[in-house]
Amino acid sequence: MNTPTNEATDGTLAHGVFLFLLLFTLWLLLTGSLDPAELIAGAMVALAVTLISRPHLNIFTGLRLTPSAILPFLSYLGLFLVELIRANLDMARRVLTPSLPLQPALVEVKTELQSPLGRLILANSITLTPGTLTVDVLEDRLVIHWVEVPPGLTIEDATRSITGKFERHLKGFVK
Amino acid sequence: MTLTLVEIIALSILGIAVLLSLLRLLLGPAAPDRVVAADTLSVITTSGLVVLAALLGSPLYLDVALIYGTLSFVGVVAIARAIEGNGS
Amino acid sequence: MRLLADIVLLVGAVFTLLGALGLLRMPDVYNRIQAGTKAVTLGALSLILGIGLLYPQWWSKLLVIALLILVTNPLGSSTIARALLIAGVKPWTKTPTTAVKERES
Repeated sequence: MNTPTNEATDGTLAHGVFLFLLLFTLWLLLTGSLDPAELIAGAMVALAVTLISRPHLNIFTGLRLTPSAILPFLSYLGLFLVELIRANLDMARRVLTPSLPLQPALVEVKTELQSPLGRLILANSITLTPGTLTVDVLEDRLVIHWVEVPPGLTIEDATRSITGKFERHLKGFVK
Repeated sequence: MTLTLVEIIALSILGIAVLLSLLRLLLGPAAPDRVVAADTLSVITTSGLVVLAALLGSPLYLDVALIYGTLSFVGVVAIARAIEGNGS
Repeated sequence: MRLLADIVLLVGAVFTLLGALGLLRMPDVYNRIQAGTKAVTLGALSLILGIGLLYPQWWSKLLVIALLILVTNPLGSSTIARALLIAGVKPWTKTPTTAVKERES
């Protein structure tokens, strides 16, 4: 699936360890017990799944696994929660207004994120923020359905107001 | 567990939400509208199963919610692929 | 604790209702997806948080369900929206757009 020479998608040992820890954490959360037998079984299953799927699973190689990635990740989470609540209040206002204030259109924005994981997180974030829905990802452009497009908008303006605030934090922990 | 007044109100509101989504599912008008309604309904059902687990005091329903959520997502993606195929 | 949980549950139910109402009121399928996804996601998260406050011992599985909804719901909606665009469903609009034309060519 991946060529050994391609550094961008190949990942490192750290990504394998990350996948193992992710699977092991999922096991712990699902079983909800710290019994030694459960821990050993979970570690074995997580290890087996990691070894089998790691060569074919490249999505997590987009992660930057450095200590400096933690701060952007946390600030991204905070921003995301605030935007999610704002999006809902905005949608509630539109739905409850008898005249349905809508001026929808499809717009295109550019993203600087290179990895599929980065674009996936960005697309999902856009879907859950005020008035926007990611419709398609074409290379480095995202097609977005926007419920109320401000008049006279260029790609640059749209990029700045939709992706800008997320990208700033996302760049810190994904490629 | 015995319900408080607020909880009964919350459950009634959730019930109305399910009915409204069902109405969209029935009205259509086109197949995509029904798919979107079914998608929304499945998420409401997932959270509804979590509420049911609490009502019956049985964590078993949490597993049901988890599997239901996963399967409905796979179903939505499959239907979306089918719609895509018809167009091109 | 019970009162706080009840309030969170009520907020979750109200947002779910608003999502369903949006699903019913919006003029076209893309706007329906928007209303449906956003409000119902936050509604589901609030309901799960409320149940978590009532039954703190269930936190780990509730967390997994919340993460599942948070990841799959917007993804599923985007997948439907993309399929509709490829299948040629035009968004309801007051002004013509460039993106639709580009997809068709």
